[in-house]
Amino acid sequence: MKFTLSWLKDHLETSASTTEIVDTLTRIGLEVEHVDNPAEKLKDFIIAHVVEAKPHPNADRLRVCLVDAGGDAPVQVVCGAPNARTGLKSVFSPPGTYIPAKGITLGKGVIRGVESNGMLCSAFELELSNDHEGIIELPADAPVGQTYVSYAGLDEPVIEINLTPNRPDAAGVHGVARDLAAAGLGRLKERDIKPVAGAFPCPVNVNLDFAPADKHLAPLFALRLVRGVKNGPSPEWMQKRLKEIGLRPINALVDITNYLTFDRARPLHVFDAKKVAGDLVVRRAKAGEEIVALDGKTYKLDENNVVICDDNGVESIAGVMGGEASGCDEGTTDVLIESALWDPLNIARTGRGLGIVTDARYRFERGIDPEFTVAGAELATRLVMEICGGEPSTLVVAGAAPAAKPAIEFPWSEVKRLTGLDLTPSEMASILEKLGFGVMAQATNADRVFVQIPSWRPDVEGKADLVEEVLRIAGLDRVVSTPLLREEQTIGKPILTLLQKRTRAARRALASRGLVEAVTWSFVSKSRATLFGGGAPELALANPIASDLSDMRPSLLPGLIAAVQRNADKGLGDAALFEVGQVFRGDGEGDQRMSAAGVRRGGAKPSGAGRHWSGRSVSVDAFDAKADVMALLATLGVPVAGMQLTPGAPAWFHPGRSGTLQFGPKNVIGYFGELHPGVLEELDAQGPIVAFEILLDEIPPPKAKPTKTKGKLEVSEFMPLERDFAFVVDRAVKAGDILRAAQGADRALIAGADIFDVYEGTGVPEGKKSVAVSVTLQPREKTLTDAEIEAVAAKVVAEVSKKTGATLRG
Amino acid sequence: MSDLNALEAETLTAIAAAQDEAALENVRVAALGKKGSISALLATLGKMSPDERKTAGAQINALKDKVSEALGERKGLLKEAALEARLASERLDVTLPVRESGVETGRIHPISQVMDELTAIFADLGFSIAEGPDVESDDYNFTKLNFPEGHPAREMHDTFFFAPNAAGERKLLRTHTSPVQVRTMLNRKPPIRVICPGRTYRCDSDQTHTPMFHQVEGLVIDKQANLGHLKWILEESCKAFFEVPSVKMRFRPSFFPFTEPSMEVDIQCSRKGGEIRFGEGEDWLEILGCGMVHPNVLRNCGVDPDEYQGFAWGMGIDRIAMLKYGMPDLRPFFDADVRWLSHYGFRPLDFPTLAGGLSA
Repeated sequence: MKFTLSWLKDHLETSASTTEIVDTLTRIGLEVEHVDNPAEKLKDFIIAHVVEAKPHPNADRLRVCLVDAGGDAPVQVVCGAPNARTGLKSVFSPPGTYIPAKGITLGKGVIRGVESNGMLCSAFELELSNDHEGIIELPADAPVGQTYVSYAGLDEPVIEINLTPNRPDAAGVHGVARDLAAAGLGRLKERDIKPVAGAFPCPVNVNLDFAPADKHLAPLFALRLVRGVKNGPSPEWMQKRLKEIGLRPINALVDITNYLTFDRARPLHVFDAKKVAGDLVVRRAKAGEEIVALDGKTYKLDENNVVICDDNGVESIAGVMGGEASGCDEGTTDVLIESALWDPLNIARTGRGLGIVTDARYRFERGIDPEFTVAGAELATRLVMEICGGEPSTLVVAGAAPAAKPAIEFPWSEVKRLTGLDLTPSEMASILEKLGFGVMAQATNADRVFVQIPSWRPDVEGKADLVEEVLRIAGLDRVVSTPLLREEQTIGKPILTLLQKRTRAARRALASRGLVEAVTWSFVSKSRATLFGGGAPELALANPIASDLSDMRPSLLPGLIAAVQRNADKGLGDAALFEVGQVFRGDGEGDQRMSAAGVRRGGAKPSGAGRHWSGRSVSVDAFDAKADVMALLATLGVPVAGMQLTPGAPAWFHPGRSGTLQFGPKNVIGYFGELHPGVLEELDAQGPIVAFEILLDEIPPPKAKPTKTKGKLEVSEFMPLERDFAFVVDRAVKAGDILRAAQGADRALIAGADIFDVYEGTGVPEGKKSVAVSVTLQPREKTLTDAEIEAVAAKVVAEVSKKTGATLRG
Repeated sequence: MSDLNALEAETLTAIAAAQDEAALENVRVAALGKKGSISALLATLGKMSPDERKTAGAQINALKDKVSEALGERKGLLKEAALEARLASERLDVTLPVRESGVETGRIHPISQVMDELTAIFADLGFSIAEGPDVESDDYNFTKLNFPEGHPAREMHDTFFFAPNAAGERKLLRTHTSPVQVRTMLNRKPPIRVICPGRTYRCDSDQTHTPMFHQVEGLVIDKQANLGHLKWILEESCKAFFEVPSVKMRFRPSFFPFTEPSMEVDIQCSRKGGEIRFGEGEDWLEILGCGMVHPNVLRNCGVDPDEYQGFAWGMGIDRIAMLKYGMPDLRPFFDADVRWLSHYGFRPLDFPTLAGGLSA
């Protein structure tokens, strides 16, 4: 919403400065976005008199002028304009003036040997027109020494406010003035709009042709004919205002409608009555109907649009844009003026559907003052008669304005309750009344009043809205900052849920492993979603912003793999990334999971990336991903004793180099391993890439413990001892099974078991492998004898053989 | 007697001449060993008369002590020399680089760090963290929040929708974190103090907008929370978050469907050479929207607006991260470029706490 200062002053009697007005507008909720005053950059240009212009001694096309710019003595200026002549009044810029069109600050100069102390200017140099043929010619009575902007009326600040959608009343200058008056910046100039007496009956009738359920689409329609008008350019003052706010003057009849759109937030339409056949019918459009609108474009309509028709067909899209066929032009002599009320929702949908943005639509979709429908028609009639002459008909009014909203019962205490601000009832009543609200005291209760809502405020519905009205005018800066401390005066209690704690800890744990946290899109392409177990129709966006961001991600891995590859493509091949974020299994409430996943590419090992003098260069492998997972689970305090690790993982992993982690057949918590080469190929990614993904919500919660006490520490006084075993087993036997069997051989004595070598090749039969296990024995009560140690060792061998078919290597 | 003197001189010379522990041991055996020269002298004592034995015994024993002492002393010297020689040969080039450990190369994304900072601040004020799903219902994202039918935000050009499901319901990606307010009020009785950080989505992508971004919302519902309290919370939390001794805020009336009265808040700052500083300067920067929870929203969530009241505010996490830490653009937040993440990210163990300060 744009307007100029002088336009505002048509409606507001005020002595406030532009700055005060601008600050107040923002303070009361009409946020000023821009103040543009063309005068500011032209303030140094002054009106001057060319006392004498004579030929330049060294150049045929230049003149040497003596210029009187109101100073003590005339100054000498060299000028190249063909119209620079003795006696001319023009515009002068002294040295130091900024010339907008050239982007330079003028200095003193010597031109072809003659000193020049300033410049006589063309309209082009002031950015006022494209005319650079010669210097500006002013009338002989132009006052020498005065600034050009004040003389030319260019000192006109244009204020643009960023209007919130709840304030249609402020889409007109009058409404803005009302708010400013309420805020104490002056007096609102209310004008009585007297009805125009009709000289003859309006020959065109209006039929609101709607089913009962559709009446709200066009509740009220006023129409009047003015015949014998003379259409042409609108008056200078009107054109100037329209141009200042960025509108293009068209002709007087059209300009009047545009003017009132901004002046009173009252959009109107004018038809050339000679081009209208028969009566007007207002109805829903029929599918397939078309109209060539005033913008020259053809629009296809359907039942959702409301149109105004005559015997020729559709003449106008209600509240959005008129039709070209019945539009007013220079030849119009009889004009039909329409002032109507439309349904905001329907106008918004029609405008959006057809892709039409107009000042009328902007206002109708926010809500027009229904009580100003007839007044708007009367005001337009008066302007038409004033500017174009003509003879008015009676006003045809079809339908009726909707009933006013009931008054709000308002306890004055509500303001203090919601804002903490203590205002007197008289101040509050005064604010409301200045905004146009009716305040009616209750005889029985001085603490509460009934407040009548003005017809131009569709946004006000209840007590809270009234509090806002009082507050914004009284001033938000009067609200006093009040401490809101913790409710219980105690030391703070923990506030994070288990999952929140795990999410935070997971990030720190993975970052400590040298992984870098990424945040990738929650959506991936359909093909990638499908590749990673997703792609269900209920998780596909109906309106994705791009085809590669179309489906909710089932896993963090496609995003992370794409990210490491992007880094590799920039020469950062050894990247290690992780993300802790949401993944989606369905569109239901409980279908979102918190996942922690990581990828390592190239040489980005946990021990450090790339080549190093201390060892040979190696690539990431599945065990790096496993180590990340184990570190993550350790940080989260997950007891892994009860966790099963089974070979293999979902299809996007290498089937032979991946593992699944679970706490029971149905409680899979995640996977790790090398990625499937086929999947990498589909993602245009080059390996080696290893990855892991753990669903934090699937990890069983810790067991509740009655106390914080840790279990008693049992320390044996006897030395632990180690015994080594070399087992030969089938290649397929899992190391985990060997360890479990070894540990289970004597639970009392065996404190741990580990694998220190795995070997296949010479000395070991084909299809077999040798696994070297060290078992730690921890005597509890006495030092073990050799015989006792032998007995335990025999038990280990027996148990491992039984469980895995192992033999001791000879 | 002269024999003893000669033996002493000879033995001490041999001790001094010994160049390593093995040579010294040979000297020791030759003098004090079973068949050594001094041992042989001691063996003669048995055949002497008691008087002779007395004199000679004292002399021989004195010789033995002297030789033993010299042996010990020489042994210490040789050991020390040997260690010195070994250490002299054992040299490492300690300027060789070591491998960087995870705590050096790992990084926390600025969004996570800022969420942890906000958690630290609001936990101190007794707020808990509420969360909700990204895939939301139209009812929670719009209707319960008092968005009227036909509001532009409900159209496809602003909001990501899914196709209608079997039940005819059209789910969407939440456009703000406000549906979490709704969930909180529906599930808990006041008093309520929560912040709701999370991912949000809008059909928007240009230089300054991404289709996915992060918001944090605050909600307080009780029987007395008013705008004065809101002002205080915002001032205090902004000071704490930006780690400045004072902030100047400007509250402007504004409009949101779910609050009434509604406000936008600007924070005073200075902009010098692309750097924004708070607590000084003449510029105003819009940082958040807020207001008293709309009575319709309270009613929609089963809270009586005449008994309870409260306020809510919301701001962009990505945006406040940019303001505090100086990232010039939003889009790289989601690019996962390790150079950007290493530069703007945080070290793994930089835990923001109020006790230790939010940032290092």
